[in-house]
Amino acid sequence: MIALVDYGAGNLTSVRKALAAIGAGVWTPVAPGELGRADGIIVPGVGHFDATRGLTEEWRTATKAAVAGGTPLLGICVGLQWLFEGSAEAPNAQGLGVFKGTCSLFTFPVNDRQKVPHVGWNSLSMPRPSKLMAGIAPGTQVYFTHSYAAPVVDDTVAICDYGAPFSAAVECGNVAAMQFHPEKSGPAGLQMLTNWLRTC
Amino acid sequence: MLSKRIIACLDVRDGKVVKGVNFEGLREAGDPAELARRYNVEGIDEIVILDVTATMEARQARAHTIAAVAHEIFLPLTVGGGIHSEADAEAAIEAGADKVSLNTAALRTPELITRLAKRYGSQAVIVAIDAKRGAPPAPHQAAPYNVFARSGQSATTRDAIEWAREATERGAGEILLTSIDRDGTKAGFDCEMTAAVSDAVNIPVIASGGAGTFEHFAEVFREGRADAALAASIFHFNEKSVSDLKQYLSTLGIPVRI
Repeated sequence: MIALVDYGAGNLTSVRKALAAIGAGVWTPVAPGELGRADGIIVPGVGHFDATRGLTEEWRTATKAAVAGGTPLLGICVGLQWLFEGSAEAPNAQGLGVFKGTCSLFTFPVNDRQKVPHVGWNSLSMPRPSKLMAGIAPGTQVYFTHSYAAPVVDDTVAICDYGAPFSAAVECGNVAAMQFHPEKSGPAGLQMLTNWLRTC
Repeated sequence: MLSKRIIACLDVRDGKVVKGVNFEGLREAGDPAELARRYNVEGIDEIVILDVTATMEARQARAHTIAAVAHEIFLPLTVGGGIHSEADAEAAIEAGADKVSLNTAALRTPELITRLAKRYGSQAVIVAIDAKRGAPPAPHQAAPYNVFARSGQSATTRDAIEWAREATERGAGEILLTSIDRDGTKAGFDCEMTAAVSDAVNIPVIASGGAGTFEHFAEVFREGRADAALAASIFHFNEKSVSDLKQYLSTLGIPVRI
């Protein structure tokens, strides 16, 4: 069973529906202790980084312990940002720090007509092979909606460019994350979720 | 590169998709879930359900329609029409909507934009603006874009550009701008109005009203500086397919998801 962590950041209906469509059994744990029996953990999230403060020290400890024990962990959107060290959106909220770096607001030169938030379908390039992106062709488009983005790091497995390159997906051992919404990205998104589910 | 989005709008009344001209004379266009399935196969980027005759009694029926459409697609789904309160937004989101679109309720209670943005994030809050060109206040002055409430039935004192700016400041994540003059006419989008609003705000603007040919979409992306274009009639009655439209735009060098 997959633990879908609900820390009050937006709605989980879409993620739940997508997981059901690919045959995953899902439950929402009410206490951190339940993470110990998960086959995989998903930290979703839409909205503000500050909402990740709902992931209290107990949740952080339980998540780290599960990951150390080999349980696959997947972050989506704000869930990806939480796996970095933090975000300029809410400097007082600490990320888990699995991936190095801090998320920052998209900024563009004056007169550049790119809008923030970055909303819509944008294409991916893959700097190296990964479990998460297996079978996904370079140039595949996925659905983004966010104002803050994580830097490209050694663990970046998919890059998107919006004024500047940023991490669209990261993977390190049994921890993976996507900035876009796989549950809203048509067949390609479902393929990535299926790829991750196979590691559970 | 960020693609220009093609959005199909399902105007729903009593569980059926309907479509009129200039917001009037509705005719039936099919089952929402069936249309959503077809558009999904054709490569639509997003779907909007507008419950055009939403009432309190219709809330249950609306949840059913949302769930039926959400079941067909793994794409962003927006619901508008009867969102008058936080409870309406919550019901729509729980039924499977990713975003809600506020129109009359936002005009009446602008604070609702902020409340919903705080609760669900700005990305979940679209402010829909229905506007109509007015007479210029004096010769050689620009014509105002008058905002209407209640599906184009009630005039307001607001101007579309100012209202778009205010909605953005209050936390809206996108603007859905409909030209009442062009709605259902297939005479083309109001590119001038779209460009004026798109330039006034730093959030995406979805152009709506008037799509009749593929060229109209190219115009609204280039001259109208729209981030997305929404259409209904042109797709519903099998006149044009989404995939052909995207191929056309792509040959012109306009970025789309194919």
